[in-house]
Amino acid sequence: MDQVRYEAPNSLDAAVGLLSGSDGMAKIFAGGTDVMVQIHSDLIEPDLIVNVKNIPELTGITHSNGSFTVGAATPVVEMQEHKEFCKTWPGVIEGAELIGSVQVKGRSTIVGNLCNASPAADSVPPCIAAGATVRIVGPNGERQAAVEDIVLGPRKTSLEKGEIIVSTTFPARPPHSGDCYLRLTPRTEMDIAIVGAGVNLTLDDAGTCIAARVSLGAVAPRFLLVKECADALIGSKVDDEALAAMAKAASAAADPISDKRGTKEYRIKTAAVMARRAAEKALERAREN
Amino acid sequence: MATILEESGFNPDADLKVVGTNPVKHDGLDKVLGRAKFGADAYLPGMLYGKILRSPHAHAIIKSIDTSKAEALPGVKAVITSADFPEIPQGTGWGDMSRNTIAREKALFDGHPVAAVAATSEQVAKRACKLVEVEYEVLPHVIDVEDAMAEGAPILHDYMRTKGDENALDVPTNVCEKMVSKLGDVAVGFEAADCVVEHEFDSKPMHQGYIEPQGCIADYSEDGLVEVWTCTQAPFVYRDRLSAVLKIDAAKINVQQSELGGGFGGKTGFYAEPLAIILSKKASAPVKMTLTRAEVFRGTGPVSGTKSRIKMGCTKDGKITAAEADLYFQTGPYTGSMYFNAPNAMFTRYELENVYIEAYEVVSNRPKVNSFRAPCVPQIVFGVEGIIDEMAKKVGMDPIDFRLKNAAKEGHTTIYGDTWGPVGFIETLEAAKETDHYKTPVKDGEGRGISCGFWFNRGGETSSTMTLAPDGTVTIATGTADVAGSRISIAMMAAEELGISVDKVRVRMADTNSLGFNRVTAGSRTTFSVGMVVVDNARKCITELCRRAANIWGVAEEEVVYEDGQVKPASSNVGDFEPMSVGEITSKTTMTNGAIVSSSSMNVTGAGPGFGVNIVDLKVDEGTGRVDVLRWTVVQDAGKAIHPVQVEGQLQGAAIQGMGWALNEEYIYTDEGKLDNPGFLDYRMPVASDAPMVDCKIVEIPNPKHPFGLRGVGEVPVVPTMAAVGNAITDAIGIRPTSLPMSPPKLLKLIEERDAG
Repeated sequence: MDQVRYEAPNSLDAAVGLLSGSDGMAKIFAGGTDVMVQIHSDLIEPDLIVNVKNIPELTGITHSNGSFTVGAATPVVEMQEHKEFCKTWPGVIEGAELIGSVQVKGRSTIVGNLCNASPAADSVPPCIAAGATVRIVGPNGERQAAVEDIVLGPRKTSLEKGEIIVSTTFPARPPHSGDCYLRLTPRTEMDIAIVGAGVNLTLDDAGTCIAARVSLGAVAPRFLLVKECADALIGSKVDDEALAAMAKAASAAADPISDKRGTKEYRIKTAAVMARRAAEKALERAREN
Repeated sequence: MATILEESGFNPDADLKVVGTNPVKHDGLDKVLGRAKFGADAYLPGMLYGKILRSPHAHAIIKSIDTSKAEALPGVKAVITSADFPEIPQGTGWGDMSRNTIAREKALFDGHPVAAVAATSEQVAKRACKLVEVEYEVLPHVIDVEDAMAEGAPILHDYMRTKGDENALDVPTNVCEKMVSKLGDVAVGFEAADCVVEHEFDSKPMHQGYIEPQGCIADYSEDGLVEVWTCTQAPFVYRDRLSAVLKIDAAKINVQQSELGGGFGGKTGFYAEPLAIILSKKASAPVKMTLTRAEVFRGTGPVSGTKSRIKMGCTKDGKITAAEADLYFQTGPYTGSMYFNAPNAMFTRYELENVYIEAYEVVSNRPKVNSFRAPCVPQIVFGVEGIIDEMAKKVGMDPIDFRLKNAAKEGHTTIYGDTWGPVGFIETLEAAKETDHYKTPVKDGEGRGISCGFWFNRGGETSSTMTLAPDGTVTIATGTADVAGSRISIAMMAAEELGISVDKVRVRMADTNSLGFNRVTAGSRTTFSVGMVVVDNARKCITELCRRAANIWGVAEEEVVYEDGQVKPASSNVGDFEPMSVGEITSKTTMTNGAIVSSSSMNVTGAGPGFGVNIVDLKVDEGTGRVDVLRWTVVQDAGKAIHPVQVEGQLQGAAIQGMGWALNEEYIYTDEGKLDNPGFLDYRMPVASDAPMVDCKIVEIPNPKHPFGLRGVGEVPVVPTMAAVGNAITDAIGIRPTSLPMSPPKLLKLIEERDAG
């Protein structure tokens, strides 16, 4: 790379203008924890880097009528320090907390984790399970999208040229709701998920599951939102039988590859184990709320 | 007068004041503050940056290299290929070393250097590398030992014939060497056995994982003098090898070692240094080269991956009657793996009458292996101690009692012919039995493993000087490297011998111009060997201090004595003189013939064997095959721990390195023979949160050949690690893993097979 143009605009319009006007490779820079690593590893040679941390709409966490909106450039530590958010969405925090080391989390963001478009990203399955949506602004205006519709495959997103994700919104929680994210890695941290499972469920007063979303990571080219897993839980007391059926559905939905991080066979088997364990924990949390 | 090698002066009842304490490391502050200068931390005026172009193929003929486009790029000052190096015949030691530095006829592994560039910036050098045009003829490649030995395997070297195999055919092979080791008659031994256990094992290469990637600067001057600054475990060995490979007089090369950011054996051989020298020669400017982590994985040596078959038999009362093994070692594309350590060490610690071992070293299209703590031994002991564990269970004996029953002691003659002096294997096993860990019952759902290991420990050529400043403070120059805190231990031994405070002593690592030859810092030899020469230095200085004091007092040399850092009259008959401290004598050297300096060079002998025991508790997640190591205790004979905290650091570090090797670390290759995980993200070395607290119990059975009784401690503690983890997993899941690493997918498969019956 000869020269990199670096910009740090103060407004969304300016950022969209820069990104849509760029001829070569343009990269949005929030935490930079993927962009910088990719530059140093000679994986990318961007012509333009747009730092979005100075744009007011992209920073901070707001809470209204039970729903939370997290600015796209908000670092993970700020989410970890937000007591109300942590209490409401422990599963989302469990995923976000796995984005790198303590130092990395001081800069990294869940939207960055999403837009990096690795099917193994840890914060994405719990956001999908949560039913989170993102607000997108681009040269052609504004739109909303479900988190599960952003990543199309490894390194591929549905974002158009010049589009920026501004924030992520988590819906209000009914009572008796709980979520959880668990991932499988050989090491305790600083590793990439072999399987990730996010489960979000809601019980009625009698303890019957009335809503559930189950999302799997690292077991397919895209994040999976597995309807069969949800169906296995909804209407049940989330008993052994329902959990077993849900686990089976998770394995059936998994369509992984074998690579240096894990074999296809191993990923399919452990998708069931991790999904079940995540559901058990989400259930425990739902019963407490 | 007897030398220190003949008479160490070891006194078991000595009242030691410095040795055995834990003073703050003299080099600690610089390291904590980030001030210490490592390989990449030197800068010279007019310095250029060097980059290496590496082969993308595992095995390919280099048909041509066109450097013209790279040379034409502005900022490029030199481009080199093997044509810029002296041609040394293939199949010779120096020829192999030259070709490992830069490929000549063929590229033999993914990452093999084929050209290098020096330019005004790293970016320009990188871009120039992309402009070098190499025409390859890609050949079939072979990665694993079994495939490399199979009929019709791609042959790396047409000239290779198996050394040491009398039945070898005169046809090209990938088997470099065969070694047979034998004691007694195994057929008779197995006949006498009530219980025989046999398994096949395999292991993957493991990288030393030093935090500091290789970094150096070379400056080749117009008059042919070469200055090299580099991070190395072997400055003198580097000098002499550079001399041989580049055909430059050794006296014209000066190697100054930097601080070392970890080596573990991996910095005993050079990589970028010869390239930097030739680039500097061609560019007429200093050239700095630092490897990236990916280059470290692709281009530098890990340890040997192995295949083995091991069989042992014992009587029903637990006496081992026979041991047999076939061992196969990867060495990378060239011979030189130190595989011979394995047959010499694998069973050594047990009193065995019947042993037969065949060991083979095999080339394949992988980076040339390098040394790692107890080279080639831990991955084989994984099998040996696994079988011992199984035999103990079968005959219903406590695993430590079983080992005690077979333990070798003083007077034992080893398979490699040495007869031991005092050794502490039995004491180490007994100390392990007495640990709180061993006495605590295994918790529900956990497994416990016991294992033990041996390492020879080494001596070798060592040189040092001791210089007394006019104020009586002491500077020691050594030519070994400080890989694990040896500097403070060396200062402590000197201070103890001189009877002064350790604060008055500083140790610095000298360049190769300043001292006699020093062997590589490896083999657990440094604190032992440098301790010998430094105590010898101190004794010479004491003799001189006595002579000077006698001279000042006008008495005969025999009439004074040296005690507690002072020279005194030997008796009241000598005269009424106030004792003189070291500083008082050195402040008067203007009157007494000049500075007091001593130099010692010797080929140190008398290293004492070391033994260690590991106790490991862990839990296996039966749903995923993941292992959590929960408790780890290391018991080891150090002879005498000079600086006990430093010794504990060695033991703890070894446990965690062994844990990583046991559980997750491995080289993963693509079908095209490319290394697929050249980085810490996917190589999966343990992180801090994976590690349990490692408790240490240091046993001290002195080695009387050393003035303070010490034995090397750096390598023994890795030897038992993987077997201890393997035995604990076996205890937890009821089935023995025989393939390293014991990663989650492999363990889950074993658990499923167990459940399927």
